[in-house]
Amino acid sequence: MATEKKVTAIKNTPKHLLGIQNLSVLEAKKILTEAKSFIKLNRGSSKKLDVLRGKTQINLFFEPSTRTQSSFDLAGKRLGADVMTMNMGNSALKKGETLIDTAMTLNAMHPDIIVIRHQDSGAPNLLSQKVNCTVINAGDGRREHPTQALLDALTIINRKGNIEGLKIAICGDILHSRVARSNIYLMNMLGAEVNVIAPKTLMPKGIDNLGVKSFTDMKKGLDGCDIVMMLRLQNERMQGSFLPSKREYYEFFGLTPEKLKFAKKDALLMHPGPMNRGVEIDTKLADDINVSLVKEQVELGVAVRMACLKLYCK
Amino acid sequence: MKEKILTNVRIIDPSQKMDEIGNIVIDEKGKIKSIGKKSGTSKSAEKIDLKGLVAIPGLVDMKAFVGEPGFEYKENFRTLSQAALAGGVTSIVTMPNTKPVIDNVSMVDFIIRRGRDKAKVNLFPCASITRQMEGNQMTEFGLLKARGIIGFSDVNKTIQNSELMSRIMNYASDIDVLIMQHAEDYELAKNSCINQGEVATRLGLQGVSDIAEKIIIERDLSLLSEFPCRYHINQISSKNSLNVIKKNKSNGIKFSTGVSINNLSLNQNDIGEFRTFLKLSPPLRSEEDRLSLIEGIKNDLINVIVSDHIPEDEESKRLPFAQAATGSIGIETLLSLSLELYHNESLPLEKIIKCLTINPAKVLKIDKGSLKEGSDADICIFDLEKPWVVKAEELKSKSKNTAIENRKLQGKVKMTLLQGEVVYSN
Repeated sequence: MATEKKVTAIKNTPKHLLGIQNLSVLEAKKILTEAKSFIKLNRGSSKKLDVLRGKTQINLFFEPSTRTQSSFDLAGKRLGADVMTMNMGNSALKKGETLIDTAMTLNAMHPDIIVIRHQDSGAPNLLSQKVNCTVINAGDGRREHPTQALLDALTIINRKGNIEGLKIAICGDILHSRVARSNIYLMNMLGAEVNVIAPKTLMPKGIDNLGVKSFTDMKKGLDGCDIVMMLRLQNERMQGSFLPSKREYYEFFGLTPEKLKFAKKDALLMHPGPMNRGVEIDTKLADDINVSLVKEQVELGVAVRMACLKLYCK
Repeated sequence: MKEKILTNVRIIDPSQKMDEIGNIVIDEKGKIKSIGKKSGTSKSAEKIDLKGLVAIPGLVDMKAFVGEPGFEYKENFRTLSQAALAGGVTSIVTMPNTKPVIDNVSMVDFIIRRGRDKAKVNLFPCASITRQMEGNQMTEFGLLKARGIIGFSDVNKTIQNSELMSRIMNYASDIDVLIMQHAEDYELAKNSCINQGEVATRLGLQGVSDIAEKIIIERDLSLLSEFPCRYHINQISSKNSLNVIKKNKSNGIKFSTGVSINNLSLNQNDIGEFRTFLKLSPPLRSEEDRLSLIEGIKNDLINVIVSDHIPEDEESKRLPFAQAATGSIGIETLLSLSLELYHNESLPLEKIIKCLTINPAKVLKIDKGSLKEGSDADICIFDLEKPWVVKAEELKSKSKNTAIENRKLQGKVKMTLLQGEVVYSN
């Protein structure tokens, strides 16, 4: 009874950020609160802090990425860390080195944070067991992309004030999407109602058990929604035929101004990027600053990643 | 060898419907001289008192991988036989997916000689159904059988070509050879590493539906009605497959079926956060499927329980789940894990033992799995109640990839006899 430990909101922040599934509501909210404070900083003229001065951050990208990689890169630099980005697509793996070996090699250089993107689900989990620094998941296979979900949440909060009580639709290639999975967990956790909309061949089995309602019809699925999240059709992950054609997909599942009308009047549109214009989204709609939050998502992405780096790197 | 007498032991031998406390007398040649409560004694015999223990025929495991040749770093004949005997298994059917593949007569001679020299256990080698297990051309069934091959299996590969499968069955029916199929449709199972469903969706892994298994079973049983041969489905994993089997059995089609102890004892939730030792083929499925498999054993839709012993080195398992090797070791824990099904009241003891002894022996048409007078004294003696915890490093296999690390089990092998000789005791 005589313990004098300080009781804080989160007793022990876990060492790694592997997925929203492992996060508690408090932890998620803490990251979002922290991220808010960075938005202003990023808009100002002097963007540099020294919170992570002396820390080494390695971005380990086994899959090509533009926005996530540059976002983590900037986030680390703005916090004062030394950032090294390694594109692993064409080096070690081709020489037959395993993920564990690569991890052990890097670990020997004493990094403080490793940010990893990998094409195999669960790779960050495996990595986290083998290194003694913090591991942050920047997307693994089709499992999770936690910082994307967090930045989506921050974007929504920024516009709508709150997530609780909102109705959010996630449309498109749910089967191959880690963004969809992370968003389902996070939006549910923060009190939103989530609909997923996809053609049957792109809807994963057992999705209803994740706490969502699933639809194959945009009209029904978008009904009463405050937020419409469109997903990219991940052609590179599709082996075999999932759809008759892009034209047919656009006809039934592409977001057009007409289809957006099924949602609420003030509904906002999001997309994790990169967009396939004319496949999942009408090109004018994507650029319509009155409804599209795409640019804001990218902007707040840096703030969210700064928050994650700061909170997890100790 | 001196005459031996095992006394005061509870004998369970489903082959002669025996469950009684009595003696087992073993003659100088290592054969059972007499058995049961009326069994006689002999003064000159070496006496072993086994009060409180159970004696059953040595187990017959229809599916185990021995690393030789080509994968000696994963397992060899010596380590496999040590693991087997520590688990009460005295007869092993070995798989042909070695390097090179056992698909020709000279390979058979090699492994039979090698096994005889290095292993202290009855080995029954399988050859592949098709050359190089490529699913294109059948192997020399007749010649291979004559050299001592017990049956034919492409292990974890499936004959996809229906025409070839029909010819295999047609040809096999004439020369009485056993064809063992691993049922999985390649296209439906492509890139999959886990059962399709919520767990796969959460883990972000490519799942396979049980239809991939069912569709091959349906095809094969259709062909079988046309070309009746000795056909065995190695490992059934789902409720849907069992429904097909039930329908065909009641239509009078004759075939036999097996199940892995893993699919009887574990389900997909045990995979947790990417435990690659539980990446198996067929995959672990839902709890509903697991329970239906237990029902399948009760109703004699499933005849055989196998260990599906697949030793894999650490390097092949310490990878992201999708890249990791498939399979787990299990020959040493086969009996103990099966006894769990007795202790948790899923199955009667006699039924479990039957699926581990006389049933596989009948499928294979070998003179094992029984303690009838005159048969080889291959005996497994175990303590039905003894609690223990599975520790990978204590297992005898060369590879330590057990799917049930730290599992608390009840029932452990105490002693194993091979042709009357004590080859394992603890």
